[in-house]
Formats: sequence, structure tokens, C-alpha cells
Amino acid sequence: MSATTFQRPIATTRSVTGISTGKLAVWWILASEVVIFGGLLVYFMLMRLHHGAIWMAESQHTRMEAGAINTFVLLTSSLFAVLAHQAAESGDGKKAAKFLWYTIGGAIMFLCVKAWEWTGEISHGYVLTKNIFWGCYYCITGLHGVHVVAGAIIMGFVAKDAARGKDLQRVECIGIYWHFVDIIWLFLFPLFYTSTAG
Amino acid sequence: MEATTSAPSAESHDSHGHHQEQSFVSKYLLSTDHKVIGMQYMFTGLAMAIIGGLLAYVFRMQLAYPGEPVPGYGVVTPNVYNSLVTMHGTIMIFWVAMPVLIAAFGNFLIPLMIGCDDMVFPRINRLSYQVFLLSTIILLASFFVPGGAFGGAWTSYPPLSAFPEYNLTPLGAPLWVVAVSLEFIAFLLGGINFITTLMNSRAKGMGMFDIPLVCWMIIIASILFMLSVGPLIAGAVLLLFDQTIGTHFYDANAGGDPLVWQHLFWFFGHPEVYVVLLPAMGIVADIIPVFARKKFFGYKLALFTVFGTGILSFVVWAHHQFVSGIDPRMSNLFTVTTLLISIPIAELCFLYIATLYRGSIEFSVPMLWALSFVASFLMGGVTGIHLGASGADIFFHDTYFVVAHFHYTFFPIAIIGVYAGITYWYPKIFGRHMNETVNKIHFWTTFIPFNLIFLPLFLLGLAGQHRRIYDFTNFPQLSGENLQHLRIVATTSLIIMLIAQIPFIINFFWSMFNGKKAEKNPWKANTLEWTVDSPPPHGNWPELPAVYRGPYEYSVPGRKDDYWPQNEPAK
Repeated sequence: MSATTFQRPIATTRSVTGISTGKLAVWWILASEVVIFGGLLVYFMLMRLHHGAIWMAESQHTRMEAGAINTFVLLTSSLFAVLAHQAAESGDGKKAAKFLWYTIGGAIMFLCVKAWEWTGEISHGYVLTKNIFWGCYYCITGLHGVHVVAGAIIMGFVAKDAARGKDLQRVECIGIYWHFVDIIWLFLFPLFYTSTAG
Repeated sequence: MEATTSAPSAESHDSHGHHQEQSFVSKYLLSTDHKVIGMQYMFTGLAMAIIGGLLAYVFRMQLAYPGEPVPGYGVVTPNVYNSLVTMHGTIMIFWVAMPVLIAAFGNFLIPLMIGCDDMVFPRINRLSYQVFLLSTIILLASFFVPGGAFGGAWTSYPPLSAFPEYNLTPLGAPLWVVAVSLEFIAFLLGGINFITTLMNSRAKGMGMFDIPLVCWMIIIASILFMLSVGPLIAGAVLLLFDQTIGTHFYDANAGGDPLVWQHLFWFFGHPEVYVVLLPAMGIVADIIPVFARKKFFGYKLALFTVFGTGILSFVVWAHHQFVSGIDPRMSNLFTVTTLLISIPIAELCFLYIATLYRGSIEFSVPMLWALSFVASFLMGGVTGIHLGASGADIFFHDTYFVVAHFHYTFFPIAIIGVYAGITYWYPKIFGRHMNETVNKIHFWTTFIPFNLIFLPLFLLGLAGQHRRIYDFTNFPQLSGENLQHLRIVATTSLIIMLIAQIPFIINFFWSMFNGKKAEKNPWKANTLEWTVDSPPPHGNWPELPAVYRGPYEYSVPGRKDDYWPQNEPAK
């Protein structure tokens, strides 16, 4: 069956639990994401306990102002995701799409700040291979960045459909995902930017 | 929210348009139908099983006749030996046990057993197989790169796996990591689909305790997989960076920690044992009541036992690391949890035996496989107790005892469980019967050589024979006297077992076109998949069924038939 003639099976429309299948799947995706980030963060914290001195010296060189701006940007974009959900609930696809595009704007801003921040650090010699701290820094915030990019792209598709009033239930699903990406950042911000003491 | 989807208002299939002619490619390669995707997984997995078996043949020949050219291959060099062992392990666990037991049976059975027309996300399902296929191609391609396939053991411990100067496979190692990571992503996609389908799309009337055990076990396995694999995917990316761009996450010389990889790997790796065990246990649990014509003994008990196993399986991982330099106090803790987890699994075996008690047992081919599963897994489980106790493990760990124990658990899972499932559901999958005589010969010529491969390895292990040696003639001080004949027995048995698979393969393909036509319910079983046509059409049922009772109502007193299908309304 080609993509154009694809029709959802009856299975997709059933809801024994009372939760829609899409939303249920998003929660399970988040469960698997929690352990992915959980594993990395546990690794990070174990390393921090083992190498307090390196951590103290190196974590001075992350840019707290960039992290703070990005925290603000992400939290604001999450607000737009909530507003989009609210609009979708009341059936206003156009409004929902508009707020989703604002959220995507937030994602782009976040990535721009990140690019500026990383450029500065790399040009000062703080590269991925320098030591464990910077390895963790680039891998963990990089993985988070990948989630931001993926979320923004998916949100673009959802917004396009929502503007035509199609699949409005997806607005909530992508919103849940976006809040998760946001919450991950709320763990990364203190770990990498503010707790700079050994 | 539901209203916004383009749902057909009545549960009928007229809108699906599945009567139209489709080309071979769109019908078998790009299909979103759960049954076709299940078969894609099954055929890929079985093809990989043949490759994995032939790899075992080559390195077993080297062990039995060290240094001599292996017929059909040639002389095995130390590097090649490492690659062969690594790839045998990787392929058999990740590319045979997982795709066949979880993905193939899960895809085929879950929608049919819970009475719906497909998985909830058919296109994600198709994507899952495509990612899996990509990972398979990458893994197979790694055989042909300079240096050959990865030779750092299937557990891929750094620093051996992280530095090409140690593992001598500069390209094979990163390709291995990429292939394994992609494969995990494929199963994550599939797993989310399975779980959501089971939770949300059950037939009308099917409560939590009306779900066939095999579905439950595949779902619990998917949940275990999902909750354990994340750290390893992340850890694998870190390993890839260590291998390719020179980070130091696992490099002790530069502040990293190689033990962390072992924790990440086994935090996944031990639940993984249950991820593949539970579907096999579920297949057996569904076969035994049918051929004993008796209700499953203790359905709810079995279910709660499996829940308990799942939870416990997250806290036993470090028993793989008793000799890796972890804190001895931690060893004590993990010894206790490891011995504890043998209780629920033993309990499941007792439930199977209790189901058999005073049943009218028919030794059909699936039943033979199911019973041999219980018997041989018991061996694997009991020897696991020896290894779970850290004191004994320190002696056994690097010997063939571990190899024998491992294969007494995984052979029943990945081979016996799969054969049980294939012979049981074959009439439903392909609409025809296999030749039973050939299958019985195949059973005995597989089961007896299997024992003769691994019983000698227990003896070798008890004699202290180290398990990572490529040529014992190079290490005379490590080689016990008069033990070589045991290795030759094992290797000969392996060759017999491999040859015994040929009649099965011929039977499998021959019966697909020429076998006796199968009726809807050849085994007189209760579960819903036996109420659709054999083979089931796209969309499964013309009218989706409703469920009135549990799956194991056999020999109910006062009924004419000794079975009572789940969808038959009570009078």
C-alpha cells in the first residue's frame, strides 16, 4: 500500500485504556528517553565524583549567560506549545499552527545560541577530545540538541497539517514531547553551567 | 480527540481496498501489514541463524583440530577466530533471537491474538523493519572491510573494543557499534508499537486476564527492552567516539573508566536475557495447554511471576562482573538478587509441569519442542545457580562451564523456542501443514546433538579449561590431559546438528507450496488467531471478533468439545 492510499487500521482508532494511541505511544517514547538520558547523566555524575578537580577547573569555562538565555528561550517555547494545545482543543487549527511555529522559532533561537556558544568554546580549544568533562559536555548537550532539532522538524509537519484542520490530536502529542525536551534541559543547565564548584 | 482522526465509523473493512492487485514489491517488501512484516523479520532472522551456525562450525573445527585447514573455509588465523566468535554471539543474540522471537512472532501474533486488524502504527512498524534491515546489511558488510569483522567479543569490553591496536579490526569495530545501535532503535520502534497495541486495541470483552500468555510475555519483554537499552545506546555512541575521534570516555589512561561500559552493557544485557527468554516461555505456555488439553495451571500466578522476574531482572546485572574488579561487597548483593531470580523462573517451569499433570498429552512436533524447552532450560537454569554465587563464579567464570551454561539457556530460547513457535503456527502463517515425519526426525537429530555439544563443555569447564583460547596446543600448561576428545565430540555433534537442519529447511519451503492444506483451527485451540482463515487475509477478520472468556478453557466439564474458543458466546 503506498503512502498516498494509506488508511489507518481500526486498531489505531481503538482506545481500551481511554488514552488515544498517539498519546500513549508518546509516553512510552518518553519512558525510553528517560533511561537514555538517565544513563548519560549517571555516567556524568559518577565521573564528576571521581574527578572533582578536573570538573572544577573545566566547568569554569562553560558560558552561564548562554545557558541562561537558552533556558529562558526553551521555557518560553514550551509556553507556546501549551497555547497551541489549548487552541487545538478548541478546534482552531490555524491558531494552533501559529503557536507551533512560534515554538519552532524558539527551537531555532536555542540552536543559534548553542552554535554561538560552541563556536566560542571550540575556538578556545575546549574540544570534544580535550578531556572527560568536555566529552560529556558535547555528547550530552549535543544529544539534547538532536532532540531539539528532531522535535522542531516533526512540529513543522504537525503544524502544516494542523493549519488545514487535520490530525489536531497530534498537537498535544508533540507538545508532550517538547515539554520533555525542556525538562531535560532543566537538568543539564545546573549540571553544566551553574554548579561550577567542586 | 478521537473524532479528529479519519476513523471508519463502523468496524468493517470495506474501505481498506485490499482486494486490488498489488505488485510483488508493494505486497511483500513495502507492506504495512503486520503479518508480512512479521515474516520479513522471520526470514531475515532465520537466514542470519544459518550464517551464525556456519560461523560456529568454523571455529569449533579450529578448536577440535587446531591449525588444520577447515573444510570449506581454510586455515583459521587468531584474528579470524576472534571475529568468528564475536560475530557468532552478536548474530545469534541480536539478529536471530530478538528478530524471530520478539519481532516476528510479536508482529504476527499480537494483532491476531487480541482480535484487531493490524498494529496501531503500521508505518512505524514498516520503518522498524527497514532500520533493522539496514543494520543487518551493515553488520554483514563488516565481514568484508579491511581487517575483517569486529573481533572484540560480543560484549565489546573496552579497552579491547576501543582501540584498533588491541582488537585489530579498525573498521569492523565501529561498524559493529553502528549496526547494533541501529538494531536497538529498530526494536524500540517495534516495541512501542507492540505495547501500545496491546494496551489500546484489544477486542471487545478482552480483559487483562484474557490475553494469551505469549502476548503478555512479548509485551513484558518489550517493556524490559525499552527500559534497559537506552543507557547502552548512549554508551555505544560514546564508544563509537572513543573508537573513531579519540575521546576518552572508557580510557583509563586519560581519566575515563572502562568498567562503566560493563555496567552499561550488562544493565541492558541481563534484562536482555529475559527479553528473549520470556517470548520463548510464552510460546511454550501457549503450546502446552493445547496439546495437554488442559487449562493452563495458574494463569494469574504465571503473570505475576513474570512481572516479578521483570523487576528483579534490573538488579542482577553485575553478576557478569564478579571477576571484573567490582567491589566484593557489591558482589554479595548481586549474588543474592541473582539467586532470587531463579525462583520465579523455576516457578514458571513448575507451572508448565503442573499443566501437564493428568492432561491428555499428545506428542505432536510443537509439543516435543515445548517439552524439550522446559527440560533443557532447566539445565541452563540450574547451572546458572553455580555461576550466580560469586565464590563459585570466580572459579568458573573464564572456563567452558560458562559457555555451556549460556548455551543451555540460549539454545532452548533461540532455537528450540523458535522451532516450537514455527511448527505450531506454521499452518496459520502459510495455510499449509509441514510434513510431520520429517519434523520429528528433525527434532531428534537436533535435540540429541545439542546435548552432546554442550554436555562435554560442562566437563571441560569443570576441568578448568579456559574459554578464550584459540589453540590449546600453544598453551600446553593450560590444557588438561586427555580432554581433546571432548572438544572433538562437541564439534562432531555440531556438524551433525547443522546437517540435520537441511531437511527442516527443505520441508519448510516445500510445505509452503505443496503441504496439506490447513483448516482454520487444526490444533483445536482456543485463542483468536485460530478463528481467522489460514493464512489470514489483509485485515484479518471480515468482522472483528469479541471475546467472552480466557484463552485456556480446555476440557471444560459438561461441554461436548474439549475446547472453548475465546470468541464463542456463552449459551
